Amino acid sequence: MITINVNGTPQQVEAEEGMPLLWVIRDVLNMTGTKYGCGVGSCGACTVLIDGAATRSCSFPVGLAANKNITTIEGLKTGDNLHKVQQAWIEAQAPQCGFCQTGQIMTAVALLNEKPQPTDADIDAAMTNICRCGAYTQIRAAIHAAAKV
Amino acid sequence: MVSRRLVIFGGVAAAGGLAVGYALMPFTTVDRAKGLIGKEGSTPLSAWVRIGTDNSVTVIVPHSEMGQGVHTSMPMMLAEELEADWSLVRMEQAPADMAFANGSLAREYLRGDMSIPSWMSGTAEFGSRKVAEMMNLQLTGGSTAVRMTGVRGMRMAGAAAKWMLVKAAAAAWGVPEGEIVAKQSKLTHASGKQATYGEMAAAAAAYDPPVDVPLKAKKDYTIVGQPVARFDIPGKVDGSAKYGIDVRLPNMSYAVIAASPVFGGKLKSVDEKPAMAMRGVKKVVKLPSAVAVVADNTWRAKEALAALSPQWDEGANANVSQASIFAAKEAALKKGDLTEDHATGNVDEALKGAKKVVEATYRVPFLAHATMEVVNCTAHLEGGKLQIWGGFQDGLGAKVRAAKEAGIPVDNVTLHHTAMGGGFGRRGGTLDYLDKAVAIARQVEGPVQVVFTREEDMTQDFYRHASMAKMRAALDDNGKVTAWLHTFTEKHDPPEALRVNYDFANQAARYASNTNPIPWGPWRSVDHTQQGFFIETFMDELAAAAGKDPFEFRRAHLTGAPRHKAALELVAQMANWSTPPEQGRARGIAIRDAFGTIVAQVAEVSVGTDGKARVHKVWSAVDPGEVVNPATFTAQIQGGAIYGLTAALYGEITIDKGRVVQQNFPDYEMVRMAQAPEHEVRFIESGARTGGAGEPGTAPISAAVGNAIYALTKKRIRELPFSKATLTATTGSGVANG
Repeated sequence: MITINVNGTPQQVEAEEGMPLLWVIRDVLNMTGTKYGCGVGSCGACTVLIDGAATRSCSFPVGLAANKNITTIEGLKTGDNLHKVQQAWIEAQAPQCGFCQTGQIMTAVALLNEKPQPTDADIDAAMTNICRCGAYTQIRAAIHAAAKV
Repeated sequence: MVSRRLVIFGGVAAAGGLAVGYALMPFTTVDRAKGLIGKEGSTPLSAWVRIGTDNSVTVIVPHSEMGQGVHTSMPMMLAEELEADWSLVRMEQAPADMAFANGSLAREYLRGDMSIPSWMSGTAEFGSRKVAEMMNLQLTGGSTAVRMTGVRGMRMAGAAAKWMLVKAAAAAWGVPEGEIVAKQSKLTHASGKQATYGEMAAAAAAYDPPVDVPLKAKKDYTIVGQPVARFDIPGKVDGSAKYGIDVRLPNMSYAVIAASPVFGGKLKSVDEKPAMAMRGVKKVVKLPSAVAVVADNTWRAKEALAALSPQWDEGANANVSQASIFAAKEAALKKGDLTEDHATGNVDEALKGAKKVVEATYRVPFLAHATMEVVNCTAHLEGGKLQIWGGFQDGLGAKVRAAKEAGIPVDNVTLHHTAMGGGFGRRGGTLDYLDKAVAIARQVEGPVQVVFTREEDMTQDFYRHASMAKMRAALDDNGKVTAWLHTFTEKHDPPEALRVNYDFANQAARYASNTNPIPWGPWRSVDHTQQGFFIETFMDELAAAAGKDPFEFRRAHLTGAPRHKAALELVAQMANWSTPPEQGRARGIAIRDAFGTIVAQVAEVSVGTDGKARVHKVWSAVDPGEVVNPATFTAQIQGGAIYGLTAALYGEITIDKGRVVQQNFPDYEMVRMAQAPEHEVRFIESGARTGGAGEPGTAPISAAVGNAIYALTKKRIRELPFSKATLTATTGSGVANG
């Protein structure tokens, strides 16, 4: 048993230490907002925050996550209120198929925590997640809009 | 081109059904549809709309949402004609049931275009591609939703429902129908009488939907044409949207699969022990051409599968390579035994007598779809009943195929639609993942979710085919094209992908088929992806040979195509074509007419210190006839261009020893935020027959970028992807448009 802290709740999970955090979140805790895209840390669909840092959970062993604070997309709301980044995403109508968007949002949240007023170059550097639908224009607009809130 | 009125009457005569768009189905089916959508507290007015006693309007959409906004644009079209209060409108995806087949609408659409699109090829029961058999489809693909269901079905259904409500109110109040105003989901009369749609719905249901109803004039639209917020977005930003891979059921197992890496190979043997010894593993399932491990979570199944060493009978394709495939294409074109697609004038004679002949050979590689959500399907077979969960572009086709695979009647199959993490053609007729899920479910107790790893998804796809084209054309002294001969390998559809809208008096397109054994599938914009590159790059080469500006050269050849000319002129104006771009950059232009929508594009590029092209800005002038939702349409054009740009810059699947070399994103790279150009889109609403949104943006981009690279470097790259070439900018600034 490994204890991990997900969205403020300690969870005991039956998993091998080397099992990627992604699969613990999705298949053991059944929280499916965090997505599998590539399994090799390339696409960013599985991004969660670990102690505030955007982390590709498909390549992060759950054993290393013990005693750390993990935030998934399900934990971004405060009560019923969406995070300002989620709100900006809706206003920009950013998602198309939407599959990559939870990972995009988590990456953007970490970026804005670190750089509250990111430049386009900051966005280019931080937002390396793949969006196969090509919604980059709307994602960039949403990040700039969230920065103004 | 078929006019709307003719279509309505034609539909009635052919199908013997009700006369409005949604009712191009037999009477018996209408009742069945009513039974399915009828719910407590609501009255079904027709197959595509339900008005609740709470005054809510539920629009039943027979198409699948892939991010193209169809679950919002369809209700918009219906609500517009119904005069509904948009805040009361809800969307529900139609069940995969025959009552909701939209094949009759497809048939009507095809009557105009004379072809059967690729998204239905390979769908069980419809392989023969006979038009008569298309009645049973429930398709989403070929940029058809707005064009068929929307224009023919949703509008008619909305107008008919309003007509019935007005009829009922007139009878109830004893006033003439003409005096009743229907607005914002309310019926009112000058006498002060009023009722909500919900209050009048039960009475309205007693009236048969009319044969023909007048539609609103475009100038009176209040919903269509507005950037309406999509229904599906909130669930996609809080993580609650459920995709196929997110299905979680009691007692569900997870399976990960590996098919023969060589296309067409069979499983010879596999020692199950290494997998069975691992934690959480329930079973090793052997299929004729694949092996799967079933476990209590995806990761354990994946790890256990990796521990197996399956032995394959590799079959006939074990020695196929990229080189052998292209050699076969070269040989097929050289042999000259080609099928003629179309011809005007006498191109061979015209080429023979010409003073100036230009020739070029182009190559494009295979491409994988790489949808963000890997293909997957959840299946549960118990007591002769099968349930399937997943994202399908054609729910009915999937249901029929699943029944066949399970060996049970179609009525014993229930299909649960989920959100789709990208389709792009992969989730249409190529249902191998469904077959495999059903085959595995036959050997597993309880529901089982079958997931392709990204590696499996990339190496077991149905690919945009590699292709080669040899183009020849003749120019006269005035720089007019007098002959155009387009020869190439591998033709699929749509037919217009091979057409040029230029006024070439002598032209022909000829092709060779079956030049490679790799599985084919429709890939966003289908043949436009390669033909757009061949045709519009060659057009640029001709402009250069004639010493003309590429924009002016195209324009001069569009004498018989006023809409195309207008789009070309608009994009030139948007991009400031006549003014040189900044130092170190150049622009290229291209135009395509794809799925009924004309897209003229300009791309502005530079060359980085790494010798690779960088696309800074794209402009698109788009004539789709009419725009339902400008926000989603713009996003589709931009996204379509990104999809094509990924292919143009990086996309290449190569074959070695009969198998795909590329395994995952690091070796099949994508355009990401840093490479995504700024992209300005403007629409021309010409009023022409409504065109598609999902695919047209992909069609011209590779040629526009390649033509810009030529303008900047004077190097003509005739093989995709562009990243294979190392470039040096030769043009500093100034006349950098070619």
